[in-house]
Amino acid sequence: MSAVISNDALPPVIEPGQNASTITTEISAITLQRPTGWLWIFGLLISLALGALLFVGICWLLYAGVGIWGINIPIAWSFAIANYVWWIAIGMGGTFISAGMYLARQPWRNSINRFAEAMTVFAVSVSGLFPIFHLGRPWFFYWLFPYPDVMNVWPQWRSSLEWDFWAILAYLIVSILYWYVGMLPDLATLRDRAPTLAKARFYGLLALGWRGEARHWMRFEQFNLITAGIAVALVFSVHSMVALDFSEGLVPGWHETIFPPFFIAGALFSGFAMVLVLGIPLRRCYGLQAFLTDRHIVNMAKMMLCAGLFVDYSYFSEIFTAFQSMDRHDLAMTLHRLYGAYAWAFWGTILFNVLNIQLLWFPRVRRSHAAVFLISIGVLIGMWLERFMLIVSSLYQGFVPSAWGMFWPTFWDLAFLAGSVGLFFLMFLLFVRLLPVLSMFELRKLAHQSGSGGVERGGEP
Amino acid sequence: MSERLLGLLAEFADAEQLRGAVLRARHERYADVEAYSPYPVDGLTEAMDIGRAHLPFWMLLGAIGGGGFTYWLEWYSAAIDYPINVGGRPAFSWPAFLPPALEMTLLWAVLAGLLAMLIGNRLPRVHHPLFSVRTFDRASSDRFFLLLRTADPRFEPRRALEFLRTLSPLSISEVME
Repeated sequence: MSAVISNDALPPVIEPGQNASTITTEISAITLQRPTGWLWIFGLLISLALGALLFVGICWLLYAGVGIWGINIPIAWSFAIANYVWWIAIGMGGTFISAGMYLARQPWRNSINRFAEAMTVFAVSVSGLFPIFHLGRPWFFYWLFPYPDVMNVWPQWRSSLEWDFWAILAYLIVSILYWYVGMLPDLATLRDRAPTLAKARFYGLLALGWRGEARHWMRFEQFNLITAGIAVALVFSVHSMVALDFSEGLVPGWHETIFPPFFIAGALFSGFAMVLVLGIPLRRCYGLQAFLTDRHIVNMAKMMLCAGLFVDYSYFSEIFTAFQSMDRHDLAMTLHRLYGAYAWAFWGTILFNVLNIQLLWFPRVRRSHAAVFLISIGVLIGMWLERFMLIVSSLYQGFVPSAWGMFWPTFWDLAFLAGSVGLFFLMFLLFVRLLPVLSMFELRKLAHQSGSGGVERGGEP
Repeated sequence: MSERLLGLLAEFADAEQLRGAVLRARHERYADVEAYSPYPVDGLTEAMDIGRAHLPFWMLLGAIGGGGFTYWLEWYSAAIDYPINVGGRPAFSWPAFLPPALEMTLLWAVLAGLLAMLIGNRLPRVHHPLFSVRTFDRASSDRFFLLLRTADPRFEPRRALEFLRTLSPLSISEVME
């Protein structure tokens, strides 16, 4: 077989023997033919319950105010902002896999880009809830937008929180469009194979009449290529804005120039982890072994390790800089972080984000799907702890000892966190059943190229 | 539904056959040829000689328009319409205005590109005469099609059918308008 498949002892990116017909049949069957499994229903019920909890929480918050959370004046951010950063970061990983690897001509990404993009869309949607509901008067969130109003006031353009609004807005719209446009040819496939008229109409409307004309493909590929370039620029700029929310403030532990690259590394790290957490069960439950091979899991594990090492370096650099600067506020903050009331959050982060991933150096561990799955779960927990740690350990003992305080999560803090996980999985489970979960047309092209030996260095555009 | 012939549709089993057929049709000086494939086929647009799409131009225009307008709005609102003097700092603090303008540059490039793609491709168009051809259902999974339109001045039903037969397709269907 071709070079892509045989450059090392790893399994192929797509099982030999797969061709356009088998790819179409197997992947469209997930949406069109397969009966709804009990595991899916079980997952949906749990997600629905958690989503309902979030809904109740939001209603209660709108009625009673943000005081239902444990936030207070030294620690005004806490869970809501930790959740926000955690979710939007997860989204970044999906975009990077899809767009960055497309530009880098990595053909193995064709099996994971679709559900990675879906993950991005859902994670960014969930993340956007938190800054809005954290506003205090969330029904005025549209004041962030410069519209002509009778109050004659404008947004504060110099604020990183305002930048954040534009960043999330652009990122959400672009990731939805990139995902949806990339799905058009596959929606057309579902339309043409739909067993009932209702389904044909549903997918027909979504497919916008896609017919696969040569002229269509030409514009489609041009759009995807340039949008991929823009999406990568968005990943880096949007998460830099998120980091600037912190580093624009004069708080020790936040006011650091390393934050934008450090946050981007963390974003890719947690995004890769989430792709693995979703991909490994998806592969098993829907029998996608032919398309999501060991090769994908191993490659993703290596990428996660690589991003994790950047994150680990940033932890080291932060502590080193504090001691090297000998700035007393920075030093005090660092010592509080390491040994203070929230030391458990710091050491928990080290356990999950530094020690945990070192296991991935061993090829045997990378090849074990169960191990990679558990390590990825650990990374997701670690990255949440990291955001929590960065927020509370910098805020709880500020410059003036009379204003020191502690944060204790309330029931509603936990409910919003659990509810956001529920909402995310609710959307993802619906996606798995309703939309093409892998990119069929890209896999057809990949199968065609690996069949005819045409793939030397990737073979994309 | 008027029964007017739109063209003849030939079905092929693989991408190379389709590309060969396109080249042959162009050699026979058919101008109005359309090819359909379930995935983008390398070299097909070159074989059809349909030139290049102008998406990059529209995306650049969208980028300049979106970013430029946002930056202008920031300047207008902060320096002209409602300047606030904070300790003598400049009202037009241009570096701090870059991030929103950057994000809108990227967003409007994509929005303009999407519009250009849809308009250029004449989409959405939910119904098309081709969809009534039974074999065409497989154009989105594993079959490749070549359409010769009657609108082509070279098109003459019997000769076109003879020509398509020489390409040894899997099937030939009439597409009615």
